[in-house]
Amino acid sequence: MEPLTLQFPVSTEDFSQAGLASSAVKRTLKDLGFPNSVIRRMAIAMYEAEINMVIHANGGMITVTITPEVITAVFADVGPGIPNIDLALTEGWSTASESVRDLGFGAGMGLPNIQKYTDRLDIQTEVGKGTTVTIEINVA
Amino acid sequence: MDSSKMIHSVTLDKEKCVGCTTCVKRCPTNAIRVRDKKATIIKERCIDCGECIRVCEHHAKKAVADPLTIIQNYRFSIALPAPSLYGQFSGIRDRNVLLTALKRIGFDDVFEVSAAAEAVSAATRKELQRDDLPRPVISTACPTVLRIIRVRFPSLLPNLLPYRPPMELAARWARARAVKQTGLKPEEIGCFFISPCPAKATSAKMPIGTVKSAVSGVISIADVYTKMMPLVKKITEPEQLAMSGVPGVSWAVSGGESMGIGDTNYLAADGMENVIRILEALEDEQLENVHFVELNACVGGCVGGALTVENPYIAKARLDRLIRQAAPVLPPDDLPDWDLRWDEAVEYAPVMQLGESVAAAMSKLGQIRELETHFPGMDCGACGAPSCHALAEDIVGGFSTEDQCIFVIREKLQKLIEEQHKAAKEDQE
Ligand SMILES: Nc1ncnc2c1ncn2[C@@H]1O[C@H](COP(=O)(O)OP(=O)(O)O)[C@@H](O)[C@H]1O
Ligand code: SF4
Ligand SMILES: [Mg+2]
Repeated sequence: MEPLTLQFPVSTEDFSQAGLASSAVKRTLKDLGFPNSVIRRMAIAMYEAEINMVIHANGGMITVTITPEVITAVFADVGPGIPNIDLALTEGWSTASESVRDLGFGAGMGLPNIQKYTDRLDIQTEVGKGTTVTIEINVA
Repeated sequence: MDSSKMIHSVTLDKEKCVGCTTCVKRCPTNAIRVRDKKATIIKERCIDCGECIRVCEHHAKKAVADPLTIIQNYRFSIALPAPSLYGQFSGIRDRNVLLTALKRIGFDDVFEVSAAAEAVSAATRKELQRDDLPRPVISTACPTVLRIIRVRFPSLLPNLLPYRPPMELAARWARARAVKQTGLKPEEIGCFFISPCPAKATSAKMPIGTVKSAVSGVISIADVYTKMMPLVKKITEPEQLAMSGVPGVSWAVSGGESMGIGDTNYLAADGMENVIRILEALEDEQLENVHFVELNACVGGCVGGALTVENPYIAKARLDRLIRQAAPVLPPDDLPDWDLRWDEAVEYAPVMQLGESVAAAMSKLGQIRELETHFPGMDCGACGAPSCHALAEDIVGGFSTEDQCIFVIREKLQKLIEEQHKAAKEDQE
């Protein structure tokens, strides 16, 4: 079976647009009849990773690949990169600015939650160059 | 579910429909298409929200409720008015006037649904104290919200408050009372819900979470309104029919149900667009510290229902005044201790799903996406479908053709003209 590929550019111009890609993917997964638990986990993880691109990295590109067995989402940005991944994965750790916190983001639970809800989380990052976060959920 | 067995309250008046696609674009479940210049409703998808009734400028969409004459089929008839009724009339100081007028249009008795609503609130308060429930608990009083969750947000089903709506409790309670008072058999007593919306009319015929509805018929607020109007002014000494206090009557407006739960960590949203936004957020676990979510499909709450007559904000203002002027009413002392709980599980209705299996759906989606590249992506609606994606889906499902797209047709036409030009030129040479 040919995998299905969806792509979404993410911009930071409009904060209210944040989350649109994860909503669209959620809808597609529902149309395709994936189990609820898979959709829910994917939606939560994707939303967090999408928001991170917006608040920490000036946007980027999301590529989702779907097969009946596994769903993969790649979040690629050319933002500041993450100096210390272990720290970034710590619950409550956040470098979000005051203004971002005022918008209700920056609780430092994004990456820990992604880790909790997905079957695979891979972070490739280089300071000053950018970050590529890959998440995967196995269907069965 | 077998679609031939589905009952809907929202229907189309073919004569009046001009095929403008206004409703097509506003339908929250993409259930409407214009075919052969007339709107058609895809039964499996319709949730009877009444949005199309509200947006149609040609009054071609209507709701079928029962006619008032239905009450003659019973030896004893009881009107069960939804509290939104009270906001429809101007200059009323005492809602007993309205209840008396309602009774006089032909009923033997009146039983306020707001009294049942207070009983539901009391039970909800207890339910919320349990700590084994998934949070937040989502209200199930609005059947439109319940139906949209069932078709579009299945992961939220465990969060639903598994209670029958006040309408059902009111019917059971009123009938039990009337049996005692009259000595008649339960089946000789008709309980008629006076409804602000088509969704509740559907629920009386095809309930969700309840095996058999206790409601004998549903009459629209708009219908009783015209009959009550001439009587209201004449009533000087109303019967004392009011049974509930402020909390129950408040259920007619958005936030009213939440007021009765005794927990300030609630969220109340109204209007279909807001409801969907909140459901999306709940699904993504974006809302923290919310214990109870009250959602009303209509703007303002049930006062904005498609079967009401007054603007929702005016109705709300009047209700507020009525509530303030109302003398406190003691709760009835014969509150039945029936289980309010659903007696039937509410399950996912996968009507939006593309195929029987993920693999089948994926191959369909592949075809849909290929087809979409032929369309302009403008979602203009000229084809009768709400979006280019929906047209592609319809074509793959065998319900439509590419030629429905005016851009496809235009391209074909252009090619034809070019060929003719070429042929004409060649002829000349
Ligand atoms: N795409 C990214 N680019 C740069 N830094 C990131 C990115 N994603 C996460 N981070 C860093 O990791 C930290 C933790 O992320 P997260 O757990 O999502 O918490 P939050 O977003 O609330 O700060 C962020 O504060 C930020 O420093
Ligand atoms: S908000 Fe009230 S009137 Fe509107 S659909 Fe829901 S139950 Fe009916
Ligand atoms: Mg984050």
